[in-house]
Amino acid sequence: MSIELKNVTYTYSPGTSYEIHALKDINLNIPDGQFIGVIGHTGSGKSTLIQHLNALIQPTSGEVLYNGEDVWAENYNRRALRSEVGLVFQYPEHQLFESDVLSDVCFGPMNQGKSREEAEEEAKKALQQVGFKEKNFNKSPFDLSGGQKKRVAIAGVLAMNPKILILDEPTAGLDPKGRDEILDQIAELHKVRGITIILVSHSMEDVAKYVERLIVVNHGKIAFDDTPKKVFSHYKELEEMGLAAPQITYIMHALKEKGLPVDPSDTTVEEAKEDILRALREMNSPLLKGGAQND
Amino acid sequence: MGIIKAAKLAFDYLRYDEDGNVEATQRAVDGVDLDIQAGEFVAVLGHNGSGKSTFAKHINALLIPTEGTIWIDGIDTAKEPELWKVRQKAGMVFQNPDNQIIGTVVEEDVGFGPENMGISTGDIWKRVDESLQKTGMTAYRHHSPNKLSGGQKQRVAIAGVMAMRPQCIVLDEPTAMLDPNGRKEVLEAVHQLNRQENVTVVLITHYMEEVIDADRVVVMDGGHVVMQGTPKEIFSQVETLKKYRLDVPQVTLLAHELKQSGVDIPDGILTTEELVNALCQ
Amino acid sequence: MIRDITIGQYYPAKSVIHKLDPRTKLFGTLVFIVSVFLFHTVVGYAVATVFLAGMILVSTVPVKFIFKGLKAIFMILLITMVFNILLTPGEAIVTLGIFKITREGISMAVRMAIRLIYLVIGSSLMTLTTTPNQLTDGLEKSLRPLNKIHVPVHEIAMMMSIALRFIPILLEETDKIMKAQIARGADFENGNLIQKVKNMVPLLVPLFISAFRRANDLAMAMEARCYHGGDNRTQMKPLKYKKRDHIAYLILFAYLAVAIGFRVVGL
Repeated sequence: MSIELKNVTYTYSPGTSYEIHALKDINLNIPDGQFIGVIGHTGSGKSTLIQHLNALIQPTSGEVLYNGEDVWAENYNRRALRSEVGLVFQYPEHQLFESDVLSDVCFGPMNQGKSREEAEEEAKKALQQVGFKEKNFNKSPFDLSGGQKKRVAIAGVLAMNPKILILDEPTAGLDPKGRDEILDQIAELHKVRGITIILVSHSMEDVAKYVERLIVVNHGKIAFDDTPKKVFSHYKELEEMGLAAPQITYIMHALKEKGLPVDPSDTTVEEAKEDILRALREMNSPLLKGGAQND
Repeated sequence: MGIIKAAKLAFDYLRYDEDGNVEATQRAVDGVDLDIQAGEFVAVLGHNGSGKSTFAKHINALLIPTEGTIWIDGIDTAKEPELWKVRQKAGMVFQNPDNQIIGTVVEEDVGFGPENMGISTGDIWKRVDESLQKTGMTAYRHHSPNKLSGGQKQRVAIAGVMAMRPQCIVLDEPTAMLDPNGRKEVLEAVHQLNRQENVTVVLITHYMEEVIDADRVVVMDGGHVVMQGTPKEIFSQVETLKKYRLDVPQVTLLAHELKQSGVDIPDGILTTEELVNALCQ
Repeated sequence: MIRDITIGQYYPAKSVIHKLDPRTKLFGTLVFIVSVFLFHTVVGYAVATVFLAGMILVSTVPVKFIFKGLKAIFMILLITMVFNILLTPGEAIVTLGIFKITREGISMAVRMAIRLIYLVIGSSLMTLTTTPNQLTDGLEKSLRPLNKIHVPVHEIAMMMSIALRFIPILLEETDKIMKAQIARGADFENGNLIQKVKNMVPLLVPLFISAFRRANDLAMAMEARCYHGGDNRTQMKPLKYKKRDHIAYLILFAYLAVAIGFRVVGL
């Protein structure tokens, strides 16, 4: 179960003066079970990239392989591919259309040929896994809050039992609490279902906290593809691309420069806290006069 | 009295049944007292549904209070004939950049407000030129808004409001639909207007990073104002903020956690420099 | 496909055509359309072609851009031509069962095609060189006399200009919704007509809801910027005829005279 992109190039309006190379010679391998983050500024090509993964866009040249098969081969069943590689777009408003939540989530499984009963079963399971309460199953999706809509949208794709779930900025427009809840839920899905997650995000803090592999797209090319720690160690290059590292990275670098023996590759608040406490203890810092020396 | 003053302000959203009778009322803003001085930069924080947007719409007289009063530069917005005066004094920028640009060319959109105010053609051009320059959008004046980035569209919207020469400008989650670069761009434009033109700014947001440079932060929850103070005062109360479904910038959170673990550093650290200086004396 | 429609799209440039008063351009388009119906001989069409080519040249709009608009009417064009070829009575060249292809039919079909194509190119040229705002201003001012019989000219003009601004946004949105639903296994291509219509529901519901939300937001944004209809409203770009407009009118009248003259003498 893997997706492989081989020398994928995508050009908008080829041959005209509007020609834009959205992707240039991309090679990428996505094996099973990873939790992957994709970052890049608006217009970097990351949206075009993820739409290649479930064959919504056909590459201008190069190949997209799913389990070794070319998805643009003549008799390839791309509809079946799309239920294996689920893609949830940024705005839930673009997909919600039924009069109640449950029916809306049933749309995907019924397109797969399931009966209403079977579809409902999948829908209920999916809704429950994204933390959507059963008492709201019959509500109109349009009466829900932003966070709830997002859940229903994710469930709508999840109910098709994808092996790979791609989420395009699932936290856009949510407040901080709503954002953390959705991301925790996605991490939980990754654990419980064991599916591959590809998370497109603008938030360096979020990807630092959740993903194990981070792909940075810039000018239609893959600039970095590594663990978040390694990627964020290139924070100066990231800045040149209009991106940044998590705030923590900057703090740790600044502390190290000022002589505090900390590890500048820390990216989350948790890591940073432990590391700073350890460093302060080593230095026998006068700042630790309180209770911290006891633990 | 400040430029914006709210006293016991309350607002109910009404839900009607099929016959047009009031079915249910929902209190979105409840007993808000607030006094904002001319030239102040005030950030209003709150989670989705906290009532912050409903409050914002009162400043521009898009909503009229159910109870209580709000005065804009001394004018009671509930007094119908003053409606246009209020809207000219307090301009408003909304969340979705696409849904507030009326013109099909940037400069024509900026001129829309002054046209509505009945200003003479020559003056409209003067104001449009000025506003575009103040928001750094002069280079894009002949562009179609559809070809601009989100941050640029919001700057056009801000220019459109500035062309009405308001005393204060209310921004209702102007950055919620933008990427980090767009957010930075819009905030810089707003701060510059506040500093250089002395325009009063009311910024509604749920991004904590955006309120650090505000003069005052107001936190809303359940339609009430629940916290008020300088960014430092607000962000030193990490636990209380969490209770209101908000969080704090990573630096502040890290400083708070370190302090909890017994490190002797001050409360309400907002920037990397502050934290580094506190830890490496 | 729908994105190929160039009518309603503005191509920014600084040509004389761009600078003309929209009323001049509206009148010019009208004259040109009348002329392609007046002309009916090769010589006549040659004059129209030279005139149109000249205008396109002066406008500095790339030719590719102008022809893009024709893609959208290709089907209409084809159908009109087939109908004309098959249903015009006259001297038969080929007989196919009950259908006869006649000399008159072919000549009629070609004429209709030329008229349709020139009509679309002519109006595309106007919209490509005139911002929708100028266009509605032009219409508003030209139609102002109708105000006296209580036609809300300003409101109609404002609605048109807003519609023109939102067409590209809604087209883009349609594309996004389609992709989101295809990702959920929706099928917009296969099936019979009834199924196809039914399959459109997941596309149309989100699109309509979004359009209503946008309309609502926009109304609020307009109110916030003191919009209260056409009364006491001033204009940033009031329409005023300049010297170039007078010259343009002279050229247009001369061209119209030629077209009428050709018709009269049967050229």
